[in-house]
Amino acid sequence: MNEARNAVRPAVASRLHLRFAALLLAALAPLLAPSPAHAQESPYIVTYDHYLEEPGSLEVEYYSTLGTQRGGKAFHSFWAEFEYGVKAWWTTEFYLDGQTTFNQSTVFTGFRWENRLRPLAREHLVNPILYIEYEHTKASDKILKEVEGHDVEADYAVPNSVSNRDQDHELEFKLLLSSQVKGWNIALNPLFVKNLSPSEPWEFGYALGLSRPLGLKASPQRCNFCPENFIAGVEMYGGLGDSRSPGLNQTSHYLAPVLAWNLPSGWTLRLSPGFGLNDTSHQFLLRWGVSREFAGFGAAVRRLFGASR
Amino acid sequence: MTRLRIPVVPGAVLLLAVACGFALFGSAARAQQEQAQQEQAQSTRNFHNALAKAPEKARAMHSQVETEPDAAAAGGKLFDLHCAECHGKKAGGTRRGPSLLSLEMQQAPPGAIFWVLTNGVVRHGMPVWSKLPEPQRWQLVAFLQSLRSPGRQPPPGSAGQQ
Repeated sequence: MNEARNAVRPAVASRLHLRFAALLLAALAPLLAPSPAHAQESPYIVTYDHYLEEPGSLEVEYYSTLGTQRGGKAFHSFWAEFEYGVKAWWTTEFYLDGQTTFNQSTVFTGFRWENRLRPLAREHLVNPILYIEYEHTKASDKILKEVEGHDVEADYAVPNSVSNRDQDHELEFKLLLSSQVKGWNIALNPLFVKNLSPSEPWEFGYALGLSRPLGLKASPQRCNFCPENFIAGVEMYGGLGDSRSPGLNQTSHYLAPVLAWNLPSGWTLRLSPGFGLNDTSHQFLLRWGVSREFAGFGAAVRRLFGASR
Repeated sequence: MTRLRIPVVPGAVLLLAVACGFALFGSAARAQQEQAQQEQAQSTRNFHNALAKAPEKARAMHSQVETEPDAAAAGGKLFDLHCAECHGKKAGGTRRGPSLLSLEMQQAPPGAIFWVLTNGVVRHGMPVWSKLPEPQRWQLVAFLQSLRSPGRQPPPGSAGQQ
């Protein structure tokens, strides 16, 4: 009887997080129905370039990560992002995270609120963006949106029933440095994280990215499969220890090819198989994401409250 | 004989209330319209200032797609995808972005338009567009120039044809 129940549980969990994704994607879109926009979205899943959301646009995103786990159960983590361009120099983003650990349970693991600010008015060879995020997540969070400090694979082997009891409050700071050279984007993101518990040290990490559209010129026709709609690249990310023991000892690192497909209808699809680079990393992470940008979302909200276009 | 009694006072109050409602609605709509016009005028001034600030080196730049016959058509597609939301489908401007059919825009050298596209007018709402590769930004410039050249036909269905 119990075996049968266990066999059914992953299927139920899978259905649950699919519903979670569908609900989140659908939540705001039909509410106001602003026009979908085509943005040249970056293919990165962990790394950030210096481009912010267009002012007044809302981008709704859903991501999944399937991860292998030595000494524990494999998992499927998923998160939704609501990214809004407040100004041309300020983007704010809200995340909802969850995960399914196979043969265990599906849990909601918390939320994040992120802000990215562009201090310089013009483009330069290297463009800095200031990034600050508040995280209110449980120890069971497995989205691996960033790898920091001494995060290693074994940390994720703890059963949900145990890890879901610990609540973390963290502030995360990044300096997003990004450059655009002859169609190539090169990005470097040093990362500094402070758990708000006073006894916890500062943790460090990094993410690096390199990407380029498959075609630099646009074709005159509207098309789904034109080379300029595809952006390919690679990203690498990992931890750099903490303020008590900085360095590479007991840290994890990943290398992940990335591919984004920007459709003229406003949808973007992303795919990224990631490979652990040392014994303390997950061996394999398969990530994918789907997003849609709604231009004029802010104006649509203002119209709801009586403002003219 | 039954006399029809008209409730004069409630009727007058009702009429007065309706008239006040219309007057308030009308003045609010006018105020909003004026505000929208002011915002558009301001964004046009900001855009023209940005064009004027383009350095000489940028103004002197030559298009990478000058000799390509499809450049304006491809630029028209890019305009519809990335720019029309703020600048209007006919490039005539909206509350959020200025008209690109103005005299200043028509007289600006292609290099200056390319420079504004690359750098945006970040403090006044226009994002940087350097995420579009250089050839695509030049295609956009070619399209914007086609809006002012009577000899060049804008691509079908794009802003220039409307």
